[in-house]
Amino acid sequence: MQDDIAIKVEHVSKDFILPHEKVTSVKGLFTSAYQRRTKTKEVQHALKDVSFEIKKGEFFGIVGRNGSGKSTMLKMLAGIYQPTKGKIVTRGKLVPFIELGVGFNPELTGRENVYLNGAMMGFSEKQVDAMYNDIVAFAELEVFMDQKLKNYSSGMQVRLAFSVAVKAEADVLIVDEVLAVGDADFQRKCYQYFKSLKKNKKTVVFVTHDMNAVREYCDRAILIDRGNITYEGDPSTSANEYLKMFNTVAASETGRKDSKDRWGNGVLSFHSITSEVKKDELIIRAELVAKEDVDEVVVGFRIKDGTGQVLTGTNTTSSSYNNFSMRQKEKGELVCVMPNIFGNGVFTIDATARHGDGVTIYDNWDNAAAFSVIRHEKIPYAIVPRTTFELKK
Amino acid sequence: MVSFRHIRQRYGYSVVLLKQLVKTDFKLRYQGSVLGYVWSLLRPLLLFVTLYLVFAKFLKVGSAVPHYPVYLLFGIVLWNFFGEVTTGSVGAVVGKSDLIRKINFPKYNIILAVSFSAIINLLLNFVVIAIFMIVGHVGISWHAVLLLPLLAELFLISLAMAFLLSALFVKFRDVSYIWEVLMQAGFYATPILYPLSRIPYHRVRELMLLNPLAQIIQDARYVLVTPTTTTIYQEFGGDKWIWLIPISIVLLLFVIGALYFRSRSKYFAEEV
Repeated sequence: MQDDIAIKVEHVSKDFILPHEKVTSVKGLFTSAYQRRTKTKEVQHALKDVSFEIKKGEFFGIVGRNGSGKSTMLKMLAGIYQPTKGKIVTRGKLVPFIELGVGFNPELTGRENVYLNGAMMGFSEKQVDAMYNDIVAFAELEVFMDQKLKNYSSGMQVRLAFSVAVKAEADVLIVDEVLAVGDADFQRKCYQYFKSLKKNKKTVVFVTHDMNAVREYCDRAILIDRGNITYEGDPSTSANEYLKMFNTVAASETGRKDSKDRWGNGVLSFHSITSEVKKDELIIRAELVAKEDVDEVVVGFRIKDGTGQVLTGTNTTSSSYNNFSMRQKEKGELVCVMPNIFGNGVFTIDATARHGDGVTIYDNWDNAAAFSVIRHEKIPYAIVPRTTFELKK
Repeated sequence: MVSFRHIRQRYGYSVVLLKQLVKTDFKLRYQGSVLGYVWSLLRPLLLFVTLYLVFAKFLKVGSAVPHYPVYLLFGIVLWNFFGEVTTGSVGAVVGKSDLIRKINFPKYNIILAVSFSAIINLLLNFVVIAIFMIVGHVGISWHAVLLLPLLAELFLISLAMAFLLSALFVKFRDVSYIWEVLMQAGFYATPILYPLSRIPYHRVRELMLLNPLAQIIQDARYVLVTPTTTTIYQEFGGDKWIWLIPISIVLLLFVIGALYFRSRSKYFAEEV
């Protein structure tokens, strides 16, 4: 292994054997012994012959959809799981942040938990003594340290856990979406910590769904899909490839079924909703089918970001397009064009068709379609209006 | 290449971790109870009082044994140590599943933590025994030094079973019930309550003493309480090589237990 390599993953495969009926008793072992040969065991191939290297001082991203095998990869890097085939060589002390506050016990006081959690990360009592005041100050929990952890709010627990975690002196850190928790203030601290890691040239393996974070922090990234590495290299390209996978996901379906996402009286309904992203325009096409005569129809769209936050919306009334009418059995396509002001990310579209009275809902379809935007600029915002600057003196 | 620094780093982590695990276990053990640690002493004492009343006073089992109360208490304390380590360990790995799934650490620390907690308890109990010995005017001789290798042997067999049982329990949850029954049976198959001389058959006495726990308890009583107790050495007619049998059993069990635990521990994270 070369000197500048921190982690080397060689032809690693991981299978999980999922017995359809788990034998967890000795009796079961005997009674099922004669039929075990015929029983088919389901083998789940979480990772298939994966190889990559992480260099020292590199901020290395692992991206992939849920169930792609990236968490399994992470657990193997952390030594929690053993690979079925292949091998993983790590050099230097490795600290995993797969979860914050490992070993926290609700029955112990905050102080005792700091020592316990510290020990899990390899700190002796003396070492924790030396950094104890720092930890408490960073967590802003001075008054609460002698209270039992079970009386802490969840936010306080996370703060305490994070304050211990940032003290970890490791050559390699493995970080799994720690940023996903906590309030805005806490997230800001996390980002600061990340920046300091990057500045101090620590080797970091970072798993996330946040493509903006990948673009901002990572030097290199891999994209894992169904147990294989489908891309390795430039983080921006990885992020783009990842986002592209979502274009097909929410492709509109025909046939209407009432569900949490879809409801309405069905007098008028959407047959399909598709979206097309151009450099400057977003085009939404809605095919409508009327069961009976309808008039004063209002159709609207809402656009949400990856977290479900509504970013913007529009409808035929507010855009001063006249409310329209449709005859029985008539079909039509409504085309909506808006400027593409969206930043990098995956967006979903909710569609609603209703009567002008605002009470009668014909068809409400949440998450009817999705689109992703890939821009060359690294802009960590969901909406990017065209802006100009001018310096006047 | 495994350097010295690497070894120190690796075991340094275990030492740090073990210390905290034992401490936590001790802090949590008697949480919410009024008497707290006193229960560590009260539990064996109350058991002792019950057994003493039944067996010494009503059934007159131990009338032939000098210092029978101390003799009985000492046997119970040693047996309880074995029981505490093994029954405490059976579910210990599964009980620490939240840790195992989140972080990689040497898993044997879980078992060591249970046994060190038990050692602390054992030491507390020795204080009680010392008091009983003083009150009961039990003389102490230089033989008492031999207690140390006997305790080491007891520790080793307790660990051996703890490793084996805890790793088996991850796969087969009925291990805990089986072990509970075996411990009950073992308590009566080991001469704890009754003097071995009450067993009328020489062959049966021999067989019983080949059980390492019986050998340890009888030898420990011999060196600390009274030389009139029957040890394996006497039963086999003064053949000192006979000690090799129980000691080999202990070592063999330890090797099997440790190896099995080590080979399974890689997969604990997936199986617990």
